[in-house]
Amino acid sequence: MEWLERNVPKVVLAPSFVAILVFVYGFIAWTAWISFTRSRLMPRYELDGITQYERLFAAPRWDVAMNNLFIFGGLFIVISMVIGLALAIFLDQKIRAEGVLRTIYLYPMALSLIVTGTAWKWILNPGLGIQAAVRGWGWESFTFDWLIRPDMAIYTIVLAAVWQASGFVMALFLAGLRSVDTEIIRAAQVDGIPTHRIYSAIIIPTMAPIFLSAFIVLAHLAIKAFDLVIALTGGGPGYATDLPATYMYAMAFSRGDLGQAASSAMIMMMVIFAIVVPYLYSELRPRRDQ
Amino acid sequence: MTSNTALRWGLYGILILFALFYLMPLFVMLTTSLKSLEEIRTGSLLSLPREITFAPWAEAWSTACAGTQCEGLRPFFWNSVLMAVPAVMISTIIGALNGYVFAQWKFRGANLFFAAILFGCFIPFQVVLLPMAQMLGLMGLAGTIPGLIFVHVIYGLGFTTLFFRNYYVTIPQELVRAAKVDGAGFFRIFWSIFLPISLPIITVSVIWQFTQIWNDFLFGVSFSGAGSQPVTVALNNIVNSTTGVKAYNVDMAAAIIAALPTLLVYVVAGKYFIRGLTAGSVKG
Repeated sequence: MEWLERNVPKVVLAPSFVAILVFVYGFIAWTAWISFTRSRLMPRYELDGITQYERLFAAPRWDVAMNNLFIFGGLFIVISMVIGLALAIFLDQKIRAEGVLRTIYLYPMALSLIVTGTAWKWILNPGLGIQAAVRGWGWESFTFDWLIRPDMAIYTIVLAAVWQASGFVMALFLAGLRSVDTEIIRAAQVDGIPTHRIYSAIIIPTMAPIFLSAFIVLAHLAIKAFDLVIALTGGGPGYATDLPATYMYAMAFSRGDLGQAASSAMIMMMVIFAIVVPYLYSELRPRRDQ
Repeated sequence: MTSNTALRWGLYGILILFALFYLMPLFVMLTTSLKSLEEIRTGSLLSLPREITFAPWAEAWSTACAGTQCEGLRPFFWNSVLMAVPAVMISTIIGALNGYVFAQWKFRGANLFFAAILFGCFIPFQVVLLPMAQMLGLMGLAGTIPGLIFVHVIYGLGFTTLFFRNYYVTIPQELVRAAKVDGAGFFRIFWSIFLPISLPIITVSVIWQFTQIWNDFLFGVSFSGAGSQPVTVALNNIVNSTTGVKAYNVDMAAAIIAALPTLLVYVVAGKYFIRGLTAGSVKG
């Protein structure tokens, strides 16, 4: 009884501890193991070296998926950051109706990516969407048919993802701008330093941690962006807009190739960890641990 | 002075242009959902409906075909409610207790465990998809709503724990020490000191979890069965259903219906929504 009283905190944490141990770390270990076997439709446990990874890197479809990840991820992150920062700085200029504008910029983040994908699929539909609308206004040769072009379809994913997430980046940066010491800014203004210099030399450098957070969140979204591809392009035309996430899903649930699914999932995790681990490390280290 | 005024006009111009960019898809969804198919074919994407019809909404809600099932979004909408409500409640309660321990009842190894939980927030779910499918099968929960609740609770724990831990860590430990001296136990202190001040963080956690779970597609499509799909999966099936004429107005009405609950939460409690987003990304 007394033991229980002393150990209540541990008892309370125990179920979560077991759950995390099994369902996160145990499952990662299971997937890792399967990625070194010949599993096809059913899991098999005899190890078979790195053949799955060799198959993966030899597969043209995986090549496309990884390429797309870098194109999509790179553009998505950079454009969202640029738009987010610009909007935050603009909104920071004592704008009337700031609250309304902020609400409008951020609402896409509340939507499911399936809804976003559905909406943009309709807007980008060459026959009836924005292309047809602009042609209807008299600009007969206007062409915006990225959605059906294998070489351009990936950029529609970028467009929709930027639409969804850039308002969120704006909110992050705006919070950062507001937390900069106003004394320093006022002193700089008194000294007659022009506004753009105040931003580039004083305010933005102090926001380095926010750039990092925004980058981490966006990178994370990019690697997981599965729903958007499914809803917007379905990975097509052909497999032109496949991402590692859709590749993994196709292998796991429609091709019945567990070995490929597991090895592609492991690569995805390594890409995320390469980005997140240094960040988590720097976040956790300077904690005031008594 | 005049150049300054021009600058401000330019500023407002850009801000309004962006507002239009963000609003355009919502506008298009709404107007398309109120047009007849005839008008969609002959009219322009960006024009207002000449004649407003609510028939697409009725069809999206109760007769549209998702795969072979032609009952509209309604049954799937309720699936999502039945899935989200318990999953949000359970993960928030567990997260609150976990956060309370991590913030105020530290023991040897607690920091390491917290780091392990935090780490778990960042894994791509693809890496647990296959074993979870096996596990749900073993537990007899494959293709059921309880199965989905289970999955969402497990993988939502990291964030809810993080929210509460970061909130409770700001409360001075002297308070707990004093209460202990007075003979109050673990749950008593939680109940009468921590819970009463927790409303803001409970709101953040509930909103965050609700948005995540309602909007989830990956777990829904991987682990649900014929009758237990959540609304996002059904929406995708309706849009990609190949039978009959492509009814864009019904697709758009269905998309708005699927988006309504989270949009409503955003409009009503936007402040907490933003706090959850930023707390989920900028820790400490």
